[in-house]
Amino acid sequence: MIDEVGHYALALALALSLMQAILPFWGARTHDARLMAVARPAAMTQFAFVALSYAALTYAHVVSDFSLVNVVENSASAKPLIYKISGVWGNHEGSMMLWVLILTACGAAMAAFSRAIPPRLLADALSVQGVLGAAFLAFILLTSNPFARMVPAPIDGNDLNPILQDPGLAIHPPLLYLGYVGFSIVFSLAAAALIGGRLDAAFARFIRPWTLAAWCFLTLGIAMGSYWAYYTLGWGGFWFWDPVENASLMPWLAGTALLHSAAVMEKREALKVWTIFLAIVTFSLSLLGTFLVRSGVLTSVHSFASDPTRGLFILAILVMFIGGALFLFMLRASSLKQGGLFAPISREGALVVNNLLLTAACAAVLVGTLYPLALESINGDKISVGAPFFNLTFGPLFAPIFLLAPVGQLLAWKRGDFLAAAQRLFFAAGLGLAAMAVFVALHGAPVMSVIGSGVAVYLVVGAFAEIFGRVFPSGFGARKNAFFRAKGLPLSAWGTAFAHAGLGLSMLGIAASGWGVEKIVAMKQGDVYDVGPYQLQVVGVTTNQGPNYQETVAHMSVQRDGRVVALLAPSKRFFSTRRMGTAQAGIVTLNLGQIYVSVAEPNPNGAIDARLYWKPLVSLIWIGALVMAFGGLLSLSDRRLRVGVARRAVKAQIVAQAAE
Amino acid sequence: MMKKLLRLLSRRHCPAVARRTRRAWARNGRARTLWLAIAALMALRAAPAVAVEPGEMLKDPKLEQRARKISEGLRCLVCQNQSIDDSGAQLAQDLRILVRDRLKAGDTDQQVKDYLVSRYGNFILLKPPFEWDTLLLWISPFAILALGAGAALRKSRKSRQAVEDKPATPLSEDENARLKSLLEDGRA
Repeated sequence: MIDEVGHYALALALALSLMQAILPFWGARTHDARLMAVARPAAMTQFAFVALSYAALTYAHVVSDFSLVNVVENSASAKPLIYKISGVWGNHEGSMMLWVLILTACGAAMAAFSRAIPPRLLADALSVQGVLGAAFLAFILLTSNPFARMVPAPIDGNDLNPILQDPGLAIHPPLLYLGYVGFSIVFSLAAAALIGGRLDAAFARFIRPWTLAAWCFLTLGIAMGSYWAYYTLGWGGFWFWDPVENASLMPWLAGTALLHSAAVMEKREALKVWTIFLAIVTFSLSLLGTFLVRSGVLTSVHSFASDPTRGLFILAILVMFIGGALFLFMLRASSLKQGGLFAPISREGALVVNNLLLTAACAAVLVGTLYPLALESINGDKISVGAPFFNLTFGPLFAPIFLLAPVGQLLAWKRGDFLAAAQRLFFAAGLGLAAMAVFVALHGAPVMSVIGSGVAVYLVVGAFAEIFGRVFPSGFGARKNAFFRAKGLPLSAWGTAFAHAGLGLSMLGIAASGWGVEKIVAMKQGDVYDVGPYQLQVVGVTTNQGPNYQETVAHMSVQRDGRVVALLAPSKRFFSTRRMGTAQAGIVTLNLGQIYVSVAEPNPNGAIDARLYWKPLVSLIWIGALVMAFGGLLSLSDRRLRVGVARRAVKAQIVAQAAE
Repeated sequence: MMKKLLRLLSRRHCPAVARRTRRAWARNGRARTLWLAIAALMALRAAPAVAVEPGEMLKDPKLEQRARKISEGLRCLVCQNQSIDDSGAQLAQDLRILVRDRLKAGDTDQQVKDYLVSRYGNFILLKPPFEWDTLLLWISPFAILALGAGAALRKSRKSRQAVEDKPATPLSEDENARLKSLLEDGRA
């Protein structure tokens, strides 16, 4: 019964989304306020129905309702509760449900928090959001129904893919989808602005909070995915240039560019056409990612089961939205008036360079991801595009950003002074050089690690140079009132500093990977291995029984100078339902670095093949991402950015004047 | 057919069988797809946790270092975008041993790669070669940067030109009056 309610709610949501797509749009054309007013309640109700449907599916998973195909194929009664809940999106149908849930939540959020947006623009934007909802709801109902029944219902299910039975599954997909789909709001607003034909600096104000929020989630989602891969895959890699990862990196790069160009548009009314273009491209890349992962063009742990009809359906959606939006863009772009002149050396100029580099880097990822598919379909040649390609193309295109980010922060709007900005970075550059010297003394080669870490230190320190200059306008000596000046700075300035510093921290973590130590050994009980500054000793091996798996655990101690500093328990799990094994790495964080051990099943002679790693500063990669997202959050809470604040302030002023 | 292939695959590195399978694979596209699918399944079934196993490693650390370096650039043909150095699949292990055998026989790094390309095609190289059909792949990111930079420069020059060409028009009577009233408003 509950399953039918869920199914029916989904169908109702589709009907509502069609209504939301048509009526407000019509209202906006005929200037009918009543029709336009349909958009907001429709968006909220649509979200409510999808949420109801999603709750029904979750309930079916939690109570192990094996009359649903989806539950049979992806769950088992012995599965722990957390994986019953997160396992809802650990399969094709469920992950599309999560996608649509977040899409409709975005629509509802836009309807709820956008009172400052002009009614016609909002009506058009919600109508575009309605079309998006309709397309994906139709996709679910027609090709990937999660409520399909199985008769007769089996006694137990096939269990979830063991690789997905991990806390990472509870966090990574929702964050990533919030990022991916969050950009749909920006897309809808851009499409609406193009339909309406009016584009001014206010538009940048409308999209900036949504862009920032989506960007924060995407940053966290990618970082979480990277950490998950790091601790699961058994050798401690954190980025593989896998097409599926690239699919999430591309919207991030485009979204980062969008964030920066929207800043120019908001402050100076320049780069309007470009900002609109990026708004379209960012969400288009999200859609492309969904297509690549969901269509079965690529097979990986992310794509679950796939069949060709789904691929064609998503391709149709993709073509409709990307093609439609770009067509609209072509029609309208020339009629948009450009404003805001600036000299090449200025804040705007720096942001243009930032956008050029980010776009080119994004293009490198896009081309590298799609080229093998295209080439194979054109002349049948199979090639691989792997890490070496991206290191050679993405690397040099992205690297200048590290050097230029602090400079850009210090340039004035309209016309900047490059030399003055460079002068104020002497301290940061000096610290960077000092860091290089220290790292050379401590670790030596490889050269790339030394250069990379020096640049990273420069970026982290340089990110705060602007803040420093504003808090201590006449040098560090004048400390009076410094605290109040720091407090008085706009939060967005702090946000920028933290986001850039986070990028630097991540880079430091990546650069330091060159100094890692790797040992591949056949361990026996009592053996001691030197791994970096630590010694690892095998204490013993046990076998345990988990809820739905058996595992072999190697107990190890981490010692330094004869003192035990940590214990490790890397294990190898075997899931009997699916007859699959997973490796649980033993990881301990010591001084921002990590000792990482992964083991195989014991050999017949009792020895265990293992990989032992010391990864200095590796945790900074993800800490950096957290700091980046924190910067985004700070910027998001800046008063100026909150849509509607300006308007309320004006209203209050008018009221005050009237009272006088 | 399926059973036979499975049996072939489950056998630990048997060069003669492996060679025969690979030749057949190179000849027959359809068999190759099937082979890939089955091998991928096998890889999932019995994936050992570690990639390079201690037993495989060469005694000579210099040679082993070279083997690792080469392995990093070779794709595990049945995996998703993993190098044979990272992969736990059986095929990856076979290839790792093959690379080491060739190195022991005195091949240079390039000879090892060429040998593998002659057997498996460019698909095995994670770094695609710079050839006619990969030209666009290699140059397009940089071309996009150059084009974008060119467009931005042209635009900035044009807009500055436009400002310089346009003489500043003096304020009209009305505008002067409005400016005056605004200034006085501000003072009051």
